[in-house]
Amino acid sequence: MVKMSGAKTLIESLERERVETIFGLPGGAIMPVYDALLDSKIRHVLVRHEQSAAHMADGYARAGGTGVCMATSGPGATNLVTGLDTAHLDSSPIVAVTGQVSIPQIGLDAFQEADIIGISGPITKYSFQPRKVQDIPATVKMAFHIASTGRPGPVLIDVPKDVQVDTAEVDFPSKVEIKGYQTVFAPDRSQIEKAAKMLAEAERPFILAGGGTTLSNASNELQKIAELLLAPVATSLMGKGSFPEDHPLSMGTLGMHGSREANQLIYEADVLLAVGCRFSDRTTGKLDEFCSTSHVIHIDIDATEIGKNLCIDLAIVSDARTALNALYRSLTKLLKTRKATQWSRKIKEVKDTFANKIENSGKELTPPKILKELRKLLPAQAIVTTEVGQNQMWASLYFKALRPRTFITSGGFGCMGYGFPASIGAKVARPDVPVIDIAGDGSFIMTENSLATSVLEKIPVTVLILNNRMLGMVAQWQRLFYNRRYSAVKLGDVPDFVKLAEAYGAEGLRVGSLSELSDTIKRSLKSEVTTVIDVPIDPEENVLPMVPSGYSLKEVIG
Amino acid sequence: MTKRFVISALVAHKPGVLYRVSNMFWRRGFNIESVAIGAAEQPEMARMTITIKGEEKDAVQLVGNLEKLIDVIKAARLDPEKAVIRELALIKLNAADPKIRSDIFHYVDVFRGRIVDVSPETATVEIVGTKDKIDAFINLTRNFGLVEVARTGETALIRGPESVRIDE
Repeated sequence: MVKMSGAKTLIESLERERVETIFGLPGGAIMPVYDALLDSKIRHVLVRHEQSAAHMADGYARAGGTGVCMATSGPGATNLVTGLDTAHLDSSPIVAVTGQVSIPQIGLDAFQEADIIGISGPITKYSFQPRKVQDIPATVKMAFHIASTGRPGPVLIDVPKDVQVDTAEVDFPSKVEIKGYQTVFAPDRSQIEKAAKMLAEAERPFILAGGGTTLSNASNELQKIAELLLAPVATSLMGKGSFPEDHPLSMGTLGMHGSREANQLIYEADVLLAVGCRFSDRTTGKLDEFCSTSHVIHIDIDATEIGKNLCIDLAIVSDARTALNALYRSLTKLLKTRKATQWSRKIKEVKDTFANKIENSGKELTPPKILKELRKLLPAQAIVTTEVGQNQMWASLYFKALRPRTFITSGGFGCMGYGFPASIGAKVARPDVPVIDIAGDGSFIMTENSLATSVLEKIPVTVLILNNRMLGMVAQWQRLFYNRRYSAVKLGDVPDFVKLAEAYGAEGLRVGSLSELSDTIKRSLKSEVTTVIDVPIDPEENVLPMVPSGYSLKEVIG
Repeated sequence: MTKRFVISALVAHKPGVLYRVSNMFWRRGFNIESVAIGAAEQPEMARMTITIKGEEKDAVQLVGNLEKLIDVIKAARLDPEKAVIRELALIKLNAADPKIRSDIFHYVDVFRGRIVDVSPETATVEIVGTKDKIDAFINLTRNFGLVEVARTGETALIRGPESVRIDE
């Protein structure tokens, strides 16, 4: 037992969780912790707005690990909220530390007091408020355990200032027990065998892989099963990258802006194997018609996802990797290899048809062309993040993700401003690979001040702005569904993104042709400073294909 | 088909737990009829009995969402046929009229309740039973003039040795 302050105890607890980086911004109620941080090996990355700190921690987490962000009480804490919910909806493991006013002041509307425990309740996996120095080590241990196990998610630790200042004899437990908290879900054997039988007997099996496949690192298992069954694999937006999109069985993503082949073929399947996904409205389209004629097997670690949105035929509550492993073993007992079937011929035929249909407008700098060019220039292990809106859906449709954890996007929450800070977080986690934020102008502006962080902390990334000077997705809906009545979507010609980048000490470049784009991207990948590439595109450009909201995936426009 | 379901949950007995549980009800849109909570058999644990009106799917989702909460140690649905379900109600009635007063005493007897307080104007009745029994008593005596009703909400345990608990 050693006597130390709450702040020091907190930092030491974080060190014991092998935290290397904290993204944050200080303020009054967290100053003791920031003081203790000076004596720690933990790197602190100073943000310019706390929302970005949460997104950086999230980007770090999705590239691999548990991300940590920190803010002061009141507005510092509430600025994290958008980032916490982003992590929550996409099951991303982050730990947020917030300062709080001293215990005697809690509830008195003290300066910079916010009930962050109350506010964050529905958007975190759990939240703690240690009230004694001695509680801090176990709290931190539990926070990391809860964030990273089971269905991962954000956890918040709210530390009152007097608890940071107080000193006590503290003990650092090596293990904590949380009563009733289950982290291991062994798949039910008989369910696995039933699933194997259904799939082995299926004539037209189809696999839908969601974010859970990536979270449980189940890509290899997924691929083995797909190849054994000769089953096409579509992913949800969150599952993108869990199956290599250059694989002959890859159908790309499913959903509102899914690929034509995925949206068509899923309706022809007789058995759907859905792995680690939650059948969100953006993925399924009109739910009544989704897979209404096929049998559905659903694997998910979260029992409440079973039957939440879709009525299914067979449920397996387990992490994706364990379940797919067991399923593969059962399948190999029933099937040795499968010869090409009518279904596999159909898959190839549909895929080929649509591959040739890809936009061939006369324009040179269309998003599909830009994104295909980007893919050619990037190594397979490069990480791409996206902003939210048209840029994201173009990236989903036209940028092929080849490896898990290389496509990072705000799927569930659809949080504008996410991509750029997330790219910085991802780069901190994986300094060895290039990181590119595929951006739209509207979304990038929301957290553009992270340029300061990126430049000063020497975390170089590339921001590729598909710049239509519009809130493009809203404009697209207004074009398609509101009779072209544009309401509040025109962003105008400001800022000049080249000058903006330069103002922060980053490199800013504007390109006007594909060859210029190619050269600029190549240059940015070698640059030691963040590069912002402004690519003006046609503001009238729609993301197509598209399934209008509330329609069946069969009703594709474009 | 809409039915009533009774769910028993063993939860951590500490500040904020009721907030987290009720927050989840709101967030997921459950139609809660009653929540009863009090200390459980083990220290630092409380038992919540929740009744909801809904479909089978709602009951499954409610149990799942309860179990997902870190502060909920265990949750299970109780089969009403195999559970003891009780609610306590205190009902204050106008009883100034001697005829009404005698009717109240009569009904209390039939319902096996107790008169727990009397004043020249009122009588306060304690009734223990299922929700339906208490509803029936209130409906019968409503015309006498209900002054106040306080109900605990149903609380319940499985009959026999089976239980919703965890071993130390």
